[in-house]
Amino acid sequence: MNHLDNHLTKTVTVVNELGLHARPAAMIARLAMKAESGVWLIKDDEEVDATSIIDILSISGTKDSRITLRIENSSDNEILQEISKLFEAGFEE
Amino acid sequence: MTTEPTEEIILHGISGSQGICIGKAYLVDREGVEVIERYNIDNRDVDKELKRFKGAVNKAKNELSGIIEDIPEDLRQHAYILETHLLLHKDKMLYGKTIELIKNEQINAEWALKKASATAKSVFKKISDPYLQARAADIEHVCDRILRHLMGAVDVDISGINKRVILVANNLSPAETSQIQLDRVMGFITDRGGKTSHTSIIARTLEIPAVLGLERATALIKNEDLIIVDGNEGLVIVNPEEETLVRYEELSRRYEAYKKEVVRRGELPATSADGKHFRIMGNIELPEEVVAVKDHGGDGIGLFRTEFLYLSRVDFPGEQELFDQYKEVVELMSPLPVTIRTLDINGDKEIESMPSPEEANPALGLRAIRFCLKNPEIFKTQLRAILRAAAHGYVRLLLPMISGAEEITECIRILDQAAAELDQEGLEYNRDIEVGIMIEIPSAAVMADLLADMVDFFSIGTNDLVQYTLAIDRGNRHVAHLYSPMHPAVIRLIRHVVDAGRHRGKKTYMCGEMAAEPMHLPILMGMGIEELSMAPQSIPKIKNLIRKINVSEAEKLMDTLLQQSSVQDMERIIMDAYGELLNEDIYGK
Repeated sequence: MNHLDNHLTKTVTVVNELGLHARPAAMIARLAMKAESGVWLIKDDEEVDATSIIDILSISGTKDSRITLRIENSSDNEILQEISKLFEAGFEE
Repeated sequence: MTTEPTEEIILHGISGSQGICIGKAYLVDREGVEVIERYNIDNRDVDKELKRFKGAVNKAKNELSGIIEDIPEDLRQHAYILETHLLLHKDKMLYGKTIELIKNEQINAEWALKKASATAKSVFKKISDPYLQARAADIEHVCDRILRHLMGAVDVDISGINKRVILVANNLSPAETSQIQLDRVMGFITDRGGKTSHTSIIARTLEIPAVLGLERATALIKNEDLIIVDGNEGLVIVNPEEETLVRYEELSRRYEAYKKEVVRRGELPATSADGKHFRIMGNIELPEEVVAVKDHGGDGIGLFRTEFLYLSRVDFPGEQELFDQYKEVVELMSPLPVTIRTLDINGDKEIESMPSPEEANPALGLRAIRFCLKNPEIFKTQLRAILRAAAHGYVRLLLPMISGAEEITECIRILDQAAAELDQEGLEYNRDIEVGIMIEIPSAAVMADLLADMVDFFSIGTNDLVQYTLAIDRGNRHVAHLYSPMHPAVIRLIRHVVDAGRHRGKKTYMCGEMAAEPMHLPILMGMGIEELSMAPQSIPKIKNLIRKINVSEAEKLMDTLLQQSSVQDMERIIMDAYGELLNEDIYGK
């Protein structure tokens, strides 16, 4: 994904056993809703809106999937970092 | 005068739990969201329709917030699935999409929501991971709640009953039963369900009467109607006459006295008339039920169902949580045995973490050991917890739904692996436990002679064994009457298992409903099943009967029974020999 601006993206790995199920999706959506501009999740060729639980669930983020987080505006960088921390912590599961 | 509303009506059903109660009816109605109408709305009414939709979503959200607030502190950890539902209400794929559909297609809000949810759910169909795929159920729950508000149907709030009532329902789901303030319920009556349904099990645990499979109860009974529930005979009497009332008050009093007397003798050992000793154990689901087993004189836990911790949550319980619970039960029962059955998901007790709505035939699908072997990590977590608990008392491991040898080999391999891991980690555990299998699939029963070499004991799960042997869905009222543990084929199959085990020095136990039915007792004793496990409340009654039966006579009767070809003949022979004993007047002299 070279065309993506490095400052606005971050690639993470799903580490928790059950993957991106309803609870992790809700945790991501809750953070993404606080963003001023769009927050997106990219897996393979699919890009989905991080404020929608259903969208997040639809990319099938099973364990070990690589997911790229993308923000539209650098002012949302803090939210990007927080979401990436959630992934690293396996959504506290 | 036949239209007189207070005329006495007698309804016949299936007894789900013994006892008698007299009280006021409380109807639980779940109708309302089944039929969704589709109609077009006028251009100028679009705004009004949008407002109606948004209003319903807000009401649904408020209602759910209220439910979340009411969840007691100690159950808060289970609330997050509801928090997720709260967010789903405003999810753009549902909320945004519905608004868009109302505007663009000028259709009513109900139909638009239905369309939006169908689209959202179709997204899940494409997901290959079965767990994530199953999340479609969450969308359904949320849509149902919004729809109820759109259509003006009120959610049944069973938690708000403020006096002691008799619950009348079409059918009660495990989720609904868990919502009920059970101390307010005197008895259950339902249109559907049978002896082995969830409602029956709950009623027997609470020792309150239940009559099920009444078909027309919800149609005939109105709120506040005076009703008598006779769980002994499987009868419900609506608007009883004075005379009937007096008679039942007397019967109820005598039944309570009888029960007290039997319970008093419960802790004495179960020794047959000719001196053979039997162990009568309790089936439990929650650690709290250990108390009931002890109070009723149980000789151990013959079946500890472990599904409860997996219910109503989106993730899976961790090893520590499982260990704490198992250890508590094991320590409380010690030195008596606790037989822990590994996770057994089935059709009527679907776990929310992994429902399988796409299965047309869940009873024949991915359940119990099949599920566990497909998800070895989940299975191993449970096995580790069990092995650790085994260091604190007498634990037996019971594997459900085994159909053949390969599954046993695979389970033992994972068990050994779990033990090796615990060893490496330096955790306290005990690998030296008895490992047994449930005999509930006919293929395992037929292969019992060879399987006996691979395990330490058999435990017959009669509910499923009967269901699979006779191809009867016991929840289907059109065929439920054909479900009988007394079918000669079932008896022969069980006999084969017991004998096969005995030849290889392995014991056969029984933990299904059949073990608690007095009529079956002479057969089980005659076959040589020495350990029976049942609902704790049944223990004293069965012990009481065992003391009156002569094993050598029962063995002789078996020869005659094995020559019979019909259920009726089997029952007739049993009643001829033991009728007087079995019909012991439960109302006293």
